[in-house]
Amino acid sequence: MTAARPDDELALVDLLDRLLAGGVMITGDVTISLADVDLVHVSLRALISSVHTLTGGSDG
Amino acid sequence: MSPDELVWLYAVRLAGAEGAPAGPGVDGEAPRLVAEAELAAVVGTVAAGRFDEAGMAAAMEDLGRLEQLARAHHDVVVRAAAEVPVAPVRLATLYRDDDAVRRLLRERAEEFAALLRRVGGHREWGVKVYALPQEEREPAAAPAASTDRPGTAYLFRRRAERDRGARSREQARDAAERLHTTLAGRSSAAHRYPMQDARLSGRTEEMVLNAGYLVADGREAEFRDAVDAADDGRVRVELTGPWPAFSFTTWEEP
Repeated sequence: MTAARPDDELALVDLLDRLLAGGVMITGDVTISLADVDLVHVSLRALISSVHTLTGGSDG
Repeated sequence: MSPDELVWLYAVRLAGAEGAPAGPGVDGEAPRLVAEAELAAVVGTVAAGRFDEAGMAAAMEDLGRLEQLARAHHDVVVRAAAEVPVAPVRLATLYRDDDAVRRLLRERAEEFAALLRRVGGHREWGVKVYALPQEEREPAAAPAASTDRPGTAYLFRRRAERDRGARSREQARDAAERLHTTLAGRSSAAHRYPMQDARLSGRTEEMVLNAGYLVADGREAEFRDAVDAADDGRVRVELTGPWPAFSFTTWEEP
């Protein structure tokens, strides 16, 4: 079934796809290098590695 | 600005009559605007203690905290985008003070203007496609005819099931590629994300497409028709959105 449910809470994984790998990427005064973060949360580590895969070869 | 405070950047838009979007922002603050010439940044004043390098590094290790920040950031961008076209900024972009934000708007004015022209009159839609599990697609094969060698029959049956599973996954991937081509043709731009990790999505079906599409307002009906038509019982198609155009404002620092 096709589902478009703007009223439902957005899935976190869909949000993180866009917020961590999308949007204008500017180097601010506070820089957070995801690569330097010691990621303790296993699922978060999986996410970040997929984000890194993306930024290595985006097809725009 | 006090040294105890930092400026969180949500989005950039054209300066204009519209006010700042409603809060709360990532630190519970009311968002405000920092304008420079033609552009205005949607920003929030946040506590340096929670949002400096150490605070953000800690937040990135805590999925609950990351979720709270992501939802608050997204909500402010959505409210801003409801008024005017915006270029959303990636999560966790922070400046020491408003002057630094004005400098950014000045130095990158042309790039921001180009992004805003690109996303104006469009909304982003997300499409996710999953291969349906075998049991939802077709009934289990009838038991093999009885044979003198039940062990052999069992092995044949297992192999047939495995082949069928591989074939159906391949068909689902083909269907996803065809859908992507169709949707890209009805969009101004398309962007494919990596397949989501099952540990984060909680989904057991195999994901075969994870993409965002920048759809002109006048083409939304035909875009959604194509999404509906792809949902043919062999794959599960899910539409998300509309989103602010996060997937199409990915200019990066040189």
